[in-house]
Amino acid sequence: MDALDPVFLSRLQWAWVIAWHILLPAFTVGLASYIAVLEGLHFFTRDEIWLRISAFWTKIFAVSFGMGVVSGIIMPFQFGTNWSRFTDATADVLSPLMAYEGLMAFFLEASFLGVLLFGRKLVPRWAHFFAALMVAFGTLLSSFWILSTNSWMQTPQGYTIVDGRFQPADWMAIIFNPSFPYRLAHNVTAFYITTGFVVLGVGAWLLRRNRAPEEARMMVRMALDLLIVLVPLQILLGDLHGLNTLKYQPTKLAAIEGIYDTEKPAPLTLFGIPDDEAAEMHGAIKIPRLGSLILTHTWDGEIKGLKEWPMDERPPAAPPFYAFRIMVGIGFLMLFIAIAGQVLRRGGRVYRPDGWFLRLCPWIAPLGFVAVIAGWTTTEVGRQPWTVYGLLKTADSVSPSLTGSDVALSLALYIVVYLIMFPTGIAFMANLVRKGPVDGNLEPDAVESGRPERPFERAAQQANAAGKAEG
Amino acid sequence: MALDLVPLWTLLLALAVFYYVVFDGFDLGVGILYGLAPVECRPTVMNSVAPVWDGNETWLVFGGLGLLAAFPLAFAIIIPAVYFPILIMLLALVFRGVAFEFRFKNEALRRFWDGAFCGGSAVATFAQGVVLGTFIQGFQVDGRHFTGTSFDWVTPFALLTGVALMFGYTLLGATWLVLKTEGELQAWSRRAGRVALIGVLAAIAGVSIWTPLEAPQIHERWFSWPNIAFLAPVPVITALIAIAEWRALGRDYEVTPFIAAVGLFLMSFLGIAISLWPMIVPFHYSLWQAASSESTQAFLLIGTLFLLPVILMYTAWSYWVFRGKVRGDFGYH
Repeated sequence: MDALDPVFLSRLQWAWVIAWHILLPAFTVGLASYIAVLEGLHFFTRDEIWLRISAFWTKIFAVSFGMGVVSGIIMPFQFGTNWSRFTDATADVLSPLMAYEGLMAFFLEASFLGVLLFGRKLVPRWAHFFAALMVAFGTLLSSFWILSTNSWMQTPQGYTIVDGRFQPADWMAIIFNPSFPYRLAHNVTAFYITTGFVVLGVGAWLLRRNRAPEEARMMVRMALDLLIVLVPLQILLGDLHGLNTLKYQPTKLAAIEGIYDTEKPAPLTLFGIPDDEAAEMHGAIKIPRLGSLILTHTWDGEIKGLKEWPMDERPPAAPPFYAFRIMVGIGFLMLFIAIAGQVLRRGGRVYRPDGWFLRLCPWIAPLGFVAVIAGWTTTEVGRQPWTVYGLLKTADSVSPSLTGSDVALSLALYIVVYLIMFPTGIAFMANLVRKGPVDGNLEPDAVESGRPERPFERAAQQANAAGKAEG
Repeated sequence: MALDLVPLWTLLLALAVFYYVVFDGFDLGVGILYGLAPVECRPTVMNSVAPVWDGNETWLVFGGLGLLAAFPLAFAIIIPAVYFPILIMLLALVFRGVAFEFRFKNEALRRFWDGAFCGGSAVATFAQGVVLGTFIQGFQVDGRHFTGTSFDWVTPFALLTGVALMFGYTLLGATWLVLKTEGELQAWSRRAGRVALIGVLAAIAGVSIWTPLEAPQIHERWFSWPNIAFLAPVPVITALIAIAEWRALGRDYEVTPFIAAVGLFLMSFLGIAISLWPMIVPFHYSLWQAASSESTQAFLLIGTLFLLPVILMYTAWSYWVFRGKVRGDFGYH
């Protein structure tokens, strides 16, 4: 492929800006719900420990939410700058869904987030709890709309085509398109699990250093309770999502499984090296019949191979094939950790500061993000060569005026800026984690000098105050 | 279903853009002035916009998504045509935004983030002015696509509007500082405001002479009879506001300068609207031709009419909370 191909470079640019952006919602969606639970526990029990844990995570939430907004402002403009033909073709159907996502995120940021961050002493206790619930609800609504948009691109329905452009025919059919319920459930569960492992890792890290041990213990316990339910559930949801993909996006499924020739019964390829040119899998390690069993839930179900479709309608097999295996591998590692945590809880061995479990947990913490990126790569590259599956080619979606060097230049600039912004933000959050949960008295004052401050600022001051209090 | 929603969406979008220009305009202008103000006053300069800037900036997303949803053809033609100005603007806004958050972190990096704040504000403003100039000049279009190059925006006119907007936002920023500060900084802001005002007036005059000379349609719109009689008040009112602004900056009025600056923006906004109406892609597609389907506009309108008033009320409330003069010794440090 030509290195200065505007289509390929535009895809890289899209991948770059959205891969960084998706890390934030992957964390904030779960964290918002966790904070709502903590605020609820504090509201009903009046136990101060919930307040301390909530205040700790709220500071981190504020930073990640801020970065999510900043990197999110970039996203809608990408549709215009690089994907103008896609925009022209699909806007009548997709733009309201995207606009609703923006409106809801904005609505949430403008109202309830302010109350959650600064309003504890300004509003009644129930109102503060309510604000936490609304922030959590808002992040879920944002996920709802953006995943509906994405799902429609995967499994479009409810439209008519007039002069080569998609026109809305049935909004309910558009929003609740066939892959949407599975994608929404699979994604939101992934976001919750990602957050769960971060909370587990941070709790373990604090416990090992004997910082705020009471709070840290509670974090570990809550995370383990969540994960033992959600990780098995996620594996089930993933299976269902896979069946849905087999039905509606057979080429993606064939790429994921690395199947070039239609097989009946189909084996399961554990590993191999896909070769799209030769249309065969090199060095494949296969388990007979397992493919049919997993994908069709029958002993000898047929799975269509990529060769059933013309060359120019096949996705590249390697990225979905590898990314899917990374995601599933992480999934089973997570299952092991979740079960091990439950086993070790008997007798309280799990909380032993020098035990292998707490030593391992901080290293596991980032894996949820890796799995999210891998899963996203699987589904997005697997949709190729289409932007709207089966209907609109990616090559026909890019802005016609762009040259390869235009996009190379813009991509280089995005890379430089993101490599400054994101590490700074992550270092900042890591610093907040190091300070640990602090005394409830260091909770944000409702309004200082007549006005609340910016979230980062607030968090930094508390971190400093906490540092002083410790020292 | 014969209800024509285009006028309503035009109004909503125009209000969103104007809101953005005035509100993010003043905080971008304050960002530009940050690098020019006396060093000891700079914390106060930054504090004057700290609580409100991010809310202001989110209206850019509103404007972008509004254009995409209501007039997708315009979005698909205009945005690729200004590929680099949009890119530069977004990156400058990112830098400027995180500068607010990161600059206090440590002394060594503070100078870097201070530069990012001032420089980011200036560059973002210039890029927006270039987008405006490119928009007024029109685009090379074939069918439903922009067919020019990604550097078509490099024209003397677009560069002029880029500089013009820098003066404009600086005027808004200076008058905002007059409103929000006192003492030495306020006096400095009054002088800065007058300098910016001269630049703004020169720019308005330049653009007003240049556009009708370049575009016969615009010449026709303003100078044919009877339009010239109906439209004569536009330049006259603009001139009166300019005089009021000059005088208000020279006396102890605190609110009037900002209002007069908004007035100048409103008149310029009207002037552009009169010149281009009813085109949204000058001079190829009208608002109606570029509109999304009725069903699309109606579907989005329902939620917008519900959410927008709530957002506006909250915004008004937050400005109320942060009313009064700011000082440098608290808040950001």
